[in-house]
Amino acid sequence: MSEEKHHIVSYRTHAFVLLALLVLTGISVAITQLEMGPMNTLAAMIIAGIKAAIVLAWFMHLKFESRFFAFMVSAVVVVFLLVLLVTFFDYSYR
Amino acid sequence: MTVHRDDLGDKMGMWLFIFTELLLFGMLFVVYAVYRSMHPEAFKLGGDELDVVMGTINTIILLISSMTVAMSISAMQKGNKKLALTLLTITLIIAVVFLVNKYFEWGAKFEYGFNPGAPELLELGHGTILFFGLYFIMTGIHALHILIGIALFIYVVWQIRKDKIHQTDYVWLENTGLYWHLVDLIWIFLFPLFYLIH
Amino acid sequence: MSEANNAHNVSYLEYKGQYKGLLAWIFSTDHKRIGLLYLYTMLFFFSVAAILGLLMKTQLIAPGYTIMGPQTYNSLFTLHGIIMIFVIVVPGLPAVFGNFFLPIMIGAKDVAFPKLNLLSWWFYIIGILIVLTSQFMGDGPPDTGWTFYAPYSFRTPTNVLPAVFGAFVMGFSSILTGINFVVTIHRMRAPGMTWFKMPLFPWTLYGTAWIQILATPVIGITLLLIVAERLMGIGIFDPALGGDPILYQHLFWIYSHPAVYIMILPAMGAISEIIPVFSRKTIFGYKAIVLSTLAIAFVGYFVWGHHMFTSGMSGRALYTFSFLTFLVAIPSAIKVFNWVSTMHKGSLQMQTPFYWAVSFIFVFMIGGLSGLVLGSLATNVHVHDTHFVVAHFHFIVFGGTGYAFMAALHYWFPKMFGRMYDMNWANLGWGIFFIGFNTLYLPMFYLGIMGMPRRYYDYLPDFHGGNIVSSLGAWVMVSGIVIIFANLIRSARHGEKTTEKNPWGGKTLEWQVDTPPTLENFEEIPTIEKGPYEFED
Repeated sequence: MSEEKHHIVSYRTHAFVLLALLVLTGISVAITQLEMGPMNTLAAMIIAGIKAAIVLAWFMHLKFESRFFAFMVSAVVVVFLLVLLVTFFDYSYR
Repeated sequence: MTVHRDDLGDKMGMWLFIFTELLLFGMLFVVYAVYRSMHPEAFKLGGDELDVVMGTINTIILLISSMTVAMSISAMQKGNKKLALTLLTITLIIAVVFLVNKYFEWGAKFEYGFNPGAPELLELGHGTILFFGLYFIMTGIHALHILIGIALFIYVVWQIRKDKIHQTDYVWLENTGLYWHLVDLIWIFLFPLFYLIH
Repeated sequence: MSEANNAHNVSYLEYKGQYKGLLAWIFSTDHKRIGLLYLYTMLFFFSVAAILGLLMKTQLIAPGYTIMGPQTYNSLFTLHGIIMIFVIVVPGLPAVFGNFFLPIMIGAKDVAFPKLNLLSWWFYIIGILIVLTSQFMGDGPPDTGWTFYAPYSFRTPTNVLPAVFGAFVMGFSSILTGINFVVTIHRMRAPGMTWFKMPLFPWTLYGTAWIQILATPVIGITLLLIVAERLMGIGIFDPALGGDPILYQHLFWIYSHPAVYIMILPAMGAISEIIPVFSRKTIFGYKAIVLSTLAIAFVGYFVWGHHMFTSGMSGRALYTFSFLTFLVAIPSAIKVFNWVSTMHKGSLQMQTPFYWAVSFIFVFMIGGLSGLVLGSLATNVHVHDTHFVVAHFHFIVFGGTGYAFMAALHYWFPKMFGRMYDMNWANLGWGIFFIGFNTLYLPMFYLGIMGMPRRYYDYLPDFHGGNIVSSLGAWVMVSGIVIIFANLIRSARHGEKTTEKNPWGGKTLEWQVDTPPTLENFEEIPTIEKGPYEFED
């Protein structure tokens, strides 16, 4: 009944994605052992963001679904970041 | 009544549920961010108390389990039922191992008196109380999601064995996979925030 | 399947499924039956909470102890708030009319996930039951107000836990309904029904569903944190353990302000359906209404701080929130202009649903404009936590959502039950209700400006006059409610039977199906060619 075409992701791709995620994990563990002050947090969050994007795109198939799914995810992330931002309008200026 | 089937619709429903979960954890991250900004020193010291090795091991195995579940979908799409089942079983085992690790980690924290309400913790000052309060709540709710994931995997494995989930109708497997990746996504952020950042 | 029980020619009310009697309802996955389940539950609990409100107003008819003491009063306004907010107005129009009419209006046979839909109702009922246990357990009914503010909510000895947990469970119901509606609207519109040919009520449900999905988890986790704080002594909001109680208020309102839009958006949608039908005119500015709906849903997510102007936020947060609040007033005003312009030079049909719709615009404007008084910083400080606020949100939540609910009920009643109500009684009930409503709430604006604080069982003798008027208004309003409900209940059972498909002359799809609808709504899924409100052809 379901007539949509399904994109089958190859095992090789999955393995590469895992490899990338593991490398990024290693980098983030290594980088946070250095003393870089607030840059630590920034670096760790950027790496986590990249890892999340990879998981979303490949493991969660966003890359292969209709564009609307990716749009929804981005919209939700934006809403969350805005909530965080607006909350800090309070906490940054107390 | 004619049976209505819409795989894309089902997947969309799962995504919407994932958004709900993201916002639920998102608010915990907001709480974390606020208290970290108030008590940066205490949060650093709290992070030092956590076991980076244990955290890294859990991160690695969770990432591997994400791959195995994603691969099991590919296997199902190719009609390789046996491989799909094997990969799901591996995922299940990893999920259990994750919880066992968590159990020992939590146990150690209880031993040192970092658990909520412990008299030792109450002496350590506000920032540390908040750090460990958040640590237990956030990893606790995350562990609860792992438990739900385990239940879902058991159901899916059972359905695959009964051929209720098969090469042309596997949206349950896909949605369970999505759910599992969500659990992974949350951990991707929990791990650096609690264990790594100094 | 026997001919007599064929899904295509049997009304959903008479269809015989696997179960009989009550079970045929509470285990039905038919969206129409589920809609009615919600309707009956809501009418019952609305009556309960209205009686609580009446008791409070009776207490306030004179200063000092009239019929109850402070503790009773505190637990009454708490229960009144919890029921009215979580049980009535938040699920309100989406759960009743959304469930019943969304699939029909977009040309579908059911919602996308019928079983999940039934599960929503079960979560809802279980949540209510958990909340109710808080009234009968050992330590006395909760006295925190429906807002459960920290740190009082984990210091008070009363049964806050079941109330909080019940609200949490009801949140699941709301989320599942939201998921269901978004997928239904995306995936199940009839062929030819493009997004901009969709009627406005489904559009507002779409905006609402997104808020339900994205905001409800916030209250979920917040309430869970209160549970954790009470049960396990985890310090998150407790200032004694370093927590920040204002952060609780942030989280609470990050949900509860968007929740106001969960309440009002579908109400606006229902009004947008009724006004063109009873004006015999195309809706004015269809796209403006759609876009303002989405704008309200989005901007409404970021204005929560205006509930906290006196809580001790930073100055920058204060004017940010005040600015955003003024911003969100614009799309609401756009809608009012659209409704009024639709009526302009229309051929107005003076019938009960139209009375409700027009009075909705009246009270909604009073509520909305008084909201601007609260949204600007200087005046807010003066009237914060006074009866002014109580009057304002009753004008919006009861005046807005409540009037729209009654408008929708009188509009869709013949379709839902296949019977007609007595129009004279309905009009009389509306008139008495309208007079009572304004007599009840208008003096509260005045009392608030004079400085009468909310949530006290007692007040200074200076406020006596206004309170007498207000309390008398409460009795008049409740008489109106009794007439309306009696009329509707009698009509649902014994009213004149009708199979007239289109009693009001509407153009949307629900007026083209049988009255009452058959189990599957449509024998054949229609193909849509025209917009939803094309009257002049």
